[in-house]
Amino acid sequence: MLQIGPYTFQSRLLLGTGKFPNIDIQKEAVEASGAEILTFAVRRMNIFAPDQPNFLEKIDITKYKLLPNTAGAKTAEEAVRIARLAKASGLCDMVKVEVIGCDQTLLPDPIETLKATEMLLEEGFIVLPYTSDDVVLAKRLQQLGCHAIMPGASPIGSGQGIMNPLNIQFIIEQATVPVIIDAGIGGPADAALAMELGADGVLLNTAVASAKDPVKMAKAMKLAIEAGRLGYEAGRIPKKKYATASSPSEGMSIV
Amino acid sequence: MRCIINGEMIDLPAHIRTVAQLLQHFRIHEKIAIVEINANIIMKETYEHTAIADGDRIEIVHFVGGG
Repeated sequence: MLQIGPYTFQSRLLLGTGKFPNIDIQKEAVEASGAEILTFAVRRMNIFAPDQPNFLEKIDITKYKLLPNTAGAKTAEEAVRIARLAKASGLCDMVKVEVIGCDQTLLPDPIETLKATEMLLEEGFIVLPYTSDDVVLAKRLQQLGCHAIMPGASPIGSGQGIMNPLNIQFIIEQATVPVIIDAGIGGPADAALAMELGADGVLLNTAVASAKDPVKMAKAMKLAIEAGRLGYEAGRIPKKKYATASSPSEGMSIV
Repeated sequence: MRCIINGEMIDLPAHIRTVAQLLQHFRIHEKIAIVEINANIIMKETYEHTAIADGDRIEIVHFVGGG
C-alpha cells in the first residue's frame, strides 16, 4: 500500500493526463492502468468554447485523487498561486510542485522548488515536489516536511529511463517519505527497475499517452510496477562475476 | 462594462454584475472552473454576491491534461 500524507492507495502508478490522442482512449487507458492518482495542469479556460470536452467531466472523479501540478511556474510564487487556484476547486488538497528552471531540459529549479514546497506546506497542502535526482535536495525537501519526493528518472517526456540509478538508490535509502519516480520513464522495464530499486511509486504520462497503443501500454506499466515491487519485496540475488550451477553436482558420475 | 478576462479585453452586457452572472453569460456555470479577480481567488460559495467592476482583471481557469 502506498501512503501519501493521510491517503492510502493500492496502486503505485500515478498517471498523467496530458497528450492522449482522445478522451475515449484516455479513459480506457486510465482504467487499464489501475491508477488512483491522476495529475492535471491548471490553465486558462476558453470561455468562448463552453462545449469543449474536458476529461475531468468524463470520469467519476470520486474514484480518483486529483494531483494538480504547478507546471508553467518558473518561481515559487507562481507555483503557490497555481496551487491555490487548484485547491479552490474544492476537488483536491494535494499538489505536485513543478517549477521549471530550464526550457530546453525542463529540469526543475531546485531553489524555487524548495521555496514553493515550504510555502505550500505552511498553507496546509499535501506537497509532492518534482525534483532532480539530487540526493541532498531530496533530504532538504524531506526536512521541510513534504509528503513525498518525486525525483525525475530523466528529462520530462524523454523516455530515456533512469539515467542515474545510483542517485535514485541513495535517495530511496535515506528517504523517510515515499519516493515516487517522476518523469523520463520510457517503457515498462524502466518502471519495473524504478520499483526494483525500492521506489514507492512511479508517475508517468508520455510513455503511456504517446505509445502506439496507450491502453495496452497502461496495462503494461501497471504490471511492470507490480512486478518490480514484488521483486523488491522478494529481494533480488546479488550480482556475481562467475557462474554457480543451478543443478546439483551430486550424482553427476552417470555422465 | 469592460473587463480583462483571461488576458483579453471583453465588453460585458450591463446586466452582468456578479461572478455567478458572468459564468452564466458564458455558459460555463456548470463547469469545473476557478475564478480569480485582480489576483484574489473567489470561492464558489460567494459567486452570487461577488461583484465585478469595470476594469477588473478576471482569470477563469480549469484543469486540463498534464503530467
